[in-house]
Amino acid sequence: MTVLITILAAVTLSGAVAAMTLRNLVRCALALTIAFAGLATLYLSLDAQFAGLAQLLVYVGAIAILIVFAILLTPSAPESDLESPDSALDSKTHLSSSGLVGSLLALGVFAILAWAVGRSRTANSATATAAPAANMQQIGETLVHRYILPLEVIGLMLTAALIGAVIVAMKESQAPR
Amino acid sequence: MTPLTAYLLISALLFSVGLAGALTRRSAILVLAGIELMLNAANLNFLAFWRFGPHPEALTGFIFVIFSIAVAAAEAAVGLALILAIYRHANTSDVSQIVEMKG
Repeated sequence: MTVLITILAAVTLSGAVAAMTLRNLVRCALALTIAFAGLATLYLSLDAQFAGLAQLLVYVGAIAILIVFAILLTPSAPESDLESPDSALDSKTHLSSSGLVGSLLALGVFAILAWAVGRSRTANSATATAAPAANMQQIGETLVHRYILPLEVIGLMLTAALIGAVIVAMKESQAPR
Repeated sequence: MTPLTAYLLISALLFSVGLAGALTRRSAILVLAGIELMLNAANLNFLAFWRFGPHPEALTGFIFVIFSIAVAAAEAAVGLALILAIYRHANTSDVSQIVEMKG
């Protein structure tokens, strides 16, 4: 079990790190897909079959494709070639310093989170219990009984978001520039 | 190290990687990808607490993850549409070059 979690975590984290560090945007999208797929397997290792498969469908199936399409529709030069020659040095030092600050901030956030997890009595006393029975019938009944209002709101929100996305992305042909 | 601690540490690492990406990358698409990674780290936390918590039969964390995935899908669709609109307007998707809101 521990070996399995280690392997899955290594795949997920290396995918995430590659997605956030590679220069080529298409490779970033591929690495991001690997990270999402690894997360889906982590969900499966937590006995959350429905959530894992939903993650696989939504993230690997839809969002990854959406990101690839966005990359294809917004062609741009590689990040390093964007600066004009005269401002290259200035912009590059600025970039590296801002990157350093961002990475240090993220490292600090991780240090605080890890410290909190290490000190938490709840986390350190939780033992592995038997897998909770979350079969489809139970999930469906919970969704349409206790969580019926959030379910309706989510449906409305998805419709609004899709219509909004289409309107936002439409060509502004009539609107004056 | 209990399994819950392991999952929480994985999630914290994933969150930090996403945060670092969202703060340092200059492509708007990758900033959005970093935000998605942070959302996914939160989902992993919810599922870990649901699995090792005292009342897994209530399915609270599980249902929250389902809703969170739906919200993340809507967020990604709207975010990428916004990036497309900004690209068409400013001809770049580099967040360090998009400095004015007035077009």
